[in-house]
Amino acid sequence: MRDEVILLVEQCLNGLQFGLLLFLLAAGLTLVFGIMNLVNLAHGSFYMLGAYFAATFAPLTGSFVLGAALALAATLVVGMAVELIAIRKLYGRDHLDHVLGTFGLILFFNELVRLVWGPGGMNLPLPPYLGTSIEIFTDVHYPVYRIAIIAVALVVALLLYLAVMRTRVGMLIRAGASNREMVGALGINIQLLYTLVFGVGAALAGLAGLIQAPILTAQIGMGENILIVALVVIIIGGIGSIRGAFIAAIFVGLVDTVGRAFLPELFRLAMTPAAASALAPALSSMLIYVLMAVVLVLRPQGLFPVDGK
Amino acid sequence: MTVLFTARNIAIGALLAFLALLPVYAAATGQFFPLTLFTRIVILALAATSLNLILGYGGMVSFGHAAYLGVGGYVVGILAKEGVTSGFAQWPAALAVSGIFALAVGALCLRTRGVYFIMITLAFAQMIYYVAVGLDRYGGDDGLTIYRRSQFAGVIDLSGKVQFYYLCLALLLAAIWLVWRLVNSRFGMVIQGARSNDRRMRAIGFPTFRYRLAGFVVAGMMCGLAGALLANHTDFISPASMHWTRSGDLIVMIVLGGMGSLFGPLIGAVTLLMLEEGLSRVTEYWQIIVGPLLLFIVVHAHGGIDGILASLRRG
Repeated sequence: MRDEVILLVEQCLNGLQFGLLLFLLAAGLTLVFGIMNLVNLAHGSFYMLGAYFAATFAPLTGSFVLGAALALAATLVVGMAVELIAIRKLYGRDHLDHVLGTFGLILFFNELVRLVWGPGGMNLPLPPYLGTSIEIFTDVHYPVYRIAIIAVALVVALLLYLAVMRTRVGMLIRAGASNREMVGALGINIQLLYTLVFGVGAALAGLAGLIQAPILTAQIGMGENILIVALVVIIIGGIGSIRGAFIAAIFVGLVDTVGRAFLPELFRLAMTPAAASALAPALSSMLIYVLMAVVLVLRPQGLFPVDGK
Repeated sequence: MTVLFTARNIAIGALLAFLALLPVYAAATGQFFPLTLFTRIVILALAATSLNLILGYGGMVSFGHAAYLGVGGYVVGILAKEGVTSGFAQWPAALAVSGIFALAVGALCLRTRGVYFIMITLAFAQMIYYVAVGLDRYGGDDGLTIYRRSQFAGVIDLSGKVQFYYLCLALLLAAIWLVWRLVNSRFGMVIQGARSNDRRMRAIGFPTFRYRLAGFVVAGMMCGLAGALLANHTDFISPASMHWTRSGDLIVMIVLGGMGSLFGPLIGAVTLLMLEEGLSRVTEYWQIIVGPLLLFIVVHAHGGIDGILASLRRG
């Protein structure tokens, strides 16, 4: 019995960590949608770039933290450049144009990464102080790095909340989301605000990517599958709502991770082992989509819909 | 009065003549590569045509249409593996299963609008992709080789390259004809009306949800047929055939060729795949050109190639 409880606790921690990672991605997506009314499929490309930048800068500087900081700055700059060159032309167009234009950006970035870094993935080794595990119960060890991820993501979420709710720029962002013409008419440089928001969104995605790089390797197209999960998160949370994204991200992270761990066991109670092991992997990857479908049936606008959208 | 010899009609006529005569060229020169390439193009054009019914005419931006390619293909592949090789059983099953899947997905997705619809169709397609990855018995991630193409005893032999190509072409033309009939019927008018103003259509008494759902299912079944063809063409089916980028490609074909135009998807499919084929010979990194090109087309060239052709004067 004790083993099961430990496994459950471990899986919940993993789920929380995955959920917070999803939140970092979903926050940028939902901010950009809420404020610029833009669907950005290329958001996953910034996730990939963050991982590649970190895997390049960390060995160069000889420090994991310094490399990560440089990678964050680099994704911020790339994000703002992309907004200035390409995204800006898509504001006010219909969603189909957003989808197609940013789909083009994904192709471009994937190929660019292949050109610059080559087709093989890149590893980002952890420094010794992050590569160990600590004892969370007697004889139960959990990796320090995963705890660090949870801590960093929680701090970022808190900072984001404070920035949006308690600062002048945050006030402008919220004002821009509800009535952009009025904000522009009051003499605010709304274009600059958009560039900034897009850049910050990109940097958050880059942070998620570089966090994930030591666990998985940095790979071409790594941002795409997780982006679709992030889309599920913002659909469940209500598009445009950061609070919704936070709650839905943790929910989805827990359901996915814990489901994958325990669904096979659950199936074995009800059917033959052969049938269970054939069905469980296919069905456990369906879980979050089923969750999304249920939310849609009950509340088509998501759990925390944003007024006026 | 309609003019027969517009630039647009001449271009479409030339394209159709080219498609019809291609096997003759292949037989005369003994070069079958172009025929194989164009079989693929025709099949994907069929998939794009089905998507155009809901996207171009119905305004439903489904970003998960490749799922039906996969569903149709997997039905053929799974039945073939289980020993059912008769096409008379496989193909109706492929149509039925993709129809049922479209009904379930459509019933959920059509409750929403706009950007929700795009994301949810994408998410459900991703779900079925992962289900295919999880099917260990049928190859999982590696896919499933189909050792015997669908058997239509005495009617047609699908392993003949020319016969198979003409079958695909005939099905494509039949699909375009069907879309033409549907779009100009009362049913099609309701769907197009719902695209322009759904609330008004409902106010004058049309249960638009049912009409749109029916359109969604028809499109899904047509694409399922394309999936059955594609599985037979490549003798192989894998989750990659319904990767979400494939759904993106289908939308690109439609927008490139011309949304809501009968022959637009065909023109777009030919253009996109020839462009890929041509660029991949110039550079290994061809997508670095296609990506920005796509962005450029979105920003500057609305209406696609068909729109440009239609705007040309007679000549």
